[in-house]
Amino acid sequence: MHTDAAAAPSRLAHHFPDMKTQEHAARMGMWLFLSTEILLFAVLFTAYALYRFLFPVGFEEASRLAHVAMGATNTVVLITSSLTVALAIHYARLGENRKVVGLLAVTILFGVTFMVLKGVEYHHHWVDGQLPGRMYHFAGLSGPGVSMYFALYFLMTGLHGLHVLIGMGLLSWVAFRAMRGEFGPNYSTPVELSGLYWHLIDLIWIFLFPLLYLL
Amino acid sequence: MSPSPASSPAYNTPNYLNAEKGVRSWLTTLDHKRIGVMYLALTLFGFFLGGVFALLIRIELLTPGPTVMDAMTYNRMFTLHGVIMIFLFMIPAIPGIFGNFFIPLMIGAQDVAFPRINLLSVYLYLLGAAIAVWGMIQGGTDTGWTFYTPYSTTTVTTVAPVLLGAFILGMGSIVTGLNFIVTVHTMRAPGVTWMRLPLFVWAMYATSVIQVLATPVLGMTLLLVAFEKVFGFGIFDPARGGDPILFQHLFWFYSHPAVYIMILPAMGVVSEVVQSAARKNMFGYKAVAFSSLGIAFVGFFVWGHHLFTSGQSTFASGVFGVLSMFVGLFTAIKVFNWTATLYQGAIQVSAPFVYFMGFLYFLIFGGLTGIALSTVSLDVHWQDTYFVVAHFHFIMVGGTIMAFLAGLHYWWPKMFGKMYSERWALAASVLVMVGFNATFIPQFLLGNMGMPRRYYSYPEQFQALNVASTAGASLLGFGFFLILFYLVASLAKGRASGPNPWFSRGYEWNTPSPPNLLNFPETPVIDRGPHEYQDGPAAEVKHAH
Repeated sequence: MHTDAAAAPSRLAHHFPDMKTQEHAARMGMWLFLSTEILLFAVLFTAYALYRFLFPVGFEEASRLAHVAMGATNTVVLITSSLTVALAIHYARLGENRKVVGLLAVTILFGVTFMVLKGVEYHHHWVDGQLPGRMYHFAGLSGPGVSMYFALYFLMTGLHGLHVLIGMGLLSWVAFRAMRGEFGPNYSTPVELSGLYWHLIDLIWIFLFPLLYLL
Repeated sequence: MSPSPASSPAYNTPNYLNAEKGVRSWLTTLDHKRIGVMYLALTLFGFFLGGVFALLIRIELLTPGPTVMDAMTYNRMFTLHGVIMIFLFMIPAIPGIFGNFFIPLMIGAQDVAFPRINLLSVYLYLLGAAIAVWGMIQGGTDTGWTFYTPYSTTTVTTVAPVLLGAFILGMGSIVTGLNFIVTVHTMRAPGVTWMRLPLFVWAMYATSVIQVLATPVLGMTLLLVAFEKVFGFGIFDPARGGDPILFQHLFWFYSHPAVYIMILPAMGVVSEVVQSAARKNMFGYKAVAFSSLGIAFVGFFVWGHHLFTSGQSTFASGVFGVLSMFVGLFTAIKVFNWTATLYQGAIQVSAPFVYFMGFLYFLIFGGLTGIALSTVSLDVHWQDTYFVVAHFHFIMVGGTIMAFLAGLHYWWPKMFGKMYSERWALAASVLVMVGFNATFIPQFLLGNMGMPRRYYSYPEQFQALNVASTAGASLLGFGFFLILFYLVASLAKGRASGPNPWFSRGYEWNTPSPPNLLNFPETPVIDRGPHEYQDGPAAEVKHAH
């Protein structure tokens, strides 16, 4: 406690009694925020469940048009990036800020890889006319539920992709702070919280991949 | 709070209104009290706009057939009224104003947990309101505030900006709720245990849980409607395999709990007012506290009662109907505790108490009709009639707005240090209550006779009751203007209220009125429950009477 007070008096906001309470509040706020993110996606998962149930054949045939190889690569990329971000948190607690910067840079690069591959997939679907709703004009497959699959595919992966971008922004900001050597045994909450956010993105993808590519 | 009474010299610092000057200091403030005051100004402006549209609707309904506007304008008017009243007033008002201002004071904290996010919520409110209102001016929306598909995705009017505005307003609502939950968990002063938490804080806590868990679902659903309308995604379009009923389920999964976002804070306000006015501890503190959580919990499992006539299975309707009645159970627990608190109390009859009594009457009346409506066989008759409109307004206007007015009068001296004119306040309360009854009792009768809601025209035989309703609405409007008038006048000419004009023992009153920029010069240590009139040392209260 004494080291806390000595090391980081400037970080303590005026309305908190001590750093411990302040960090507890930040962590709790982040978990609550993550629960709202899950509920945001829950709407799309609910819609997916309903339409999968209504159009089992259409969804099965449409999901064969998904690019499984790229999707699988992206799954490996994201899971590995969760490892690098977890290591970054570990080294932030030890105060090894250079390692934190390196690991976060690798994580962000994984994010870029993910987005590029996703972009290539989108491009293929766009060229082939495998698009949502009234924009669907792929000649090779038609039938009830097919355009609905692509509506959900683009909504779910699109919202997820947006989160990857936001996550990369967060991690860049944290990496910048690590470059200034801000983190150590007494203060690593920003690394930890943006890491939590990144893990959630990863977790959502782990559900999206089988639902959209494999089933 | 025992260490520094409000008269202590430790408080000889500027109050939060005078500490910094200028518009800029307000727009960039991180002080929860100033943010509360900004919410007061913003939501009252929203209430004014929504009220103007309500009066225009009532004027149009004065006669069968066209009166002052065409049918399309009328459709836009009731949509505007609904969207503005719900998203710009009912949901943000009590949490934004009283929640922000009083939760930190009531738990002995210097501010909410995340002051910057708190300021962000104000700007989200402004941005969402601007986009929604702009969308309604540009072409207007004629879907009603419920945005039912497939009408909302095929109508010729603009819908997407209003949906986007509501989405952004929802984000503001989420961060407010998140902030309050974390504040209550982490920032209570020593001695403020969960079982000493003021009942307003309990109610706000329950509200915040709903805001955090339900609002994201609405946000995503509204975005889906916007995508469908603009890009033709087909999610809710039967022609492309979409299911419009899915929209109804997702919409009401938020929008039914949302009515508890609107009424639970009101229940919290009156729990404070009734204890202060009757000079008694709450009869059953735990029952009132936990019934707030009960309403929040069960509120998530009742949305299907909006779909009784939408092709939902009979079994599901029955289950949703019975679950809906549990809300009545928890509300009744509160009502019995409030009335039992009055029993043998030394009641001060003043404007807050009068509004509390109005609240009680309207809530019971509105609540009982709610139980009737959740009975499936009865609802089939009343679905989409004025009976539902009247029920809803009894809870929302009769419940929430009466409680809002009770709180506004009760806390006005705390917020601004000035007393309003009690005589004018009592006169206005009579106008409001009479006007309210005259507006909505005829609507119960009209609905029972089968007059559908949202219709532009009606048969001749309904005219007398419609005229009565319009007359009542104008009384109500006049009453609200009177309140605004004497409250604003009190800021300029009202006498200084002193720190605690009600001699209340609620925690928030043990600071000066208006409070200082820094809430407490030193961390308060609490050694009694809130509103302990009988058990604690209450000598100053006895002197006052």
